[in-house]
Amino acid sequence: MSEQNVVTRKAEGASDDHWLLPPVDVIEDEAGITLYADLPGVARENLDLHVEGDNLFIDGRVAVQMPREMEATHVEVGRSRYRRVFALSREFDIGKLTADLKLGVLKVRIPKAEHAKPRRIEISPD
Amino acid sequence: MEFSVFPRDIFADLERLQRQIQQAVELSPSIRGFPRGGFPALNVASTPHSAEVYGFAPGLDPSKIEVQLERGVLSISGERKSDLPDENDSASVHMNERFAGRFHRVISLTDDLDPNEVRATYREGVLHISIKRQESALPRRINIT
Repeated sequence: MSEQNVVTRKAEGASDDHWLLPPVDVIEDEAGITLYADLPGVARENLDLHVEGDNLFIDGRVAVQMPREMEATHVEVGRSRYRRVFALSREFDIGKLTADLKLGVLKVRIPKAEHAKPRRIEISPD
Repeated sequence: MEFSVFPRDIFADLERLQRQIQQAVELSPSIRGFPRGGFPALNVASTPHSAEVYGFAPGLDPSKIEVQLERGVLSISGERKSDLPDENDSASVHMNERFAGRFHRVISLTDDLDPNEVRATYREGVLHISIKRQESALPRRINIT
């Protein structure tokens, strides 16, 4: 554990209670919502993506193989955990959520429930 | 006190101080995933035999990342495509925080590194560059007779 986290450890005050907020893009179209999150250094087995109540939780741990005897000289990524929570509304169909983690980018797609999809309303002539 | 890439470099220290003040003024400093300092965020470490650079650069095509080392100056450049829809697309963008576009970062390392002994790997969005020190620069035990 200590060996793996040398480079992402901050000089002081770092602990498991602290995490990084990953930057995200969120795009909504007629059929659903797509979320991209940058999680560099997180392997599939270290990613915990779950829905609890109306919230979507993204929780990932950075595990980078480091050589021994290493001393950090410059640190911009000072934590080894990413965490972010999003509130979902009822119109999304959580059961059809799909997720894909590739090259450190998480892509989550949540389709809208049938009843929530926009419908074009025909206006009947007089 | 944190360490500097450029030891005893007053400008680097001032820049960091400025960044720390900026972060302290903002409401929640810890929620800043990456400082706006640049993409990719870099961590640098050293071992007795090498310098190790970690670039947190997710979602790149590894064949299009340019890494160059010249006289102790390491430069990393490339481009990251946006995942946002075109302007004329009907989709709406609710959040747009991820970096997109061309990037170029330069860091100064020590000058005892061997430019012929550079290894770079890209895994899970982390670019790891390992540069060996020159043999002649390694510490040697001197026998006292």
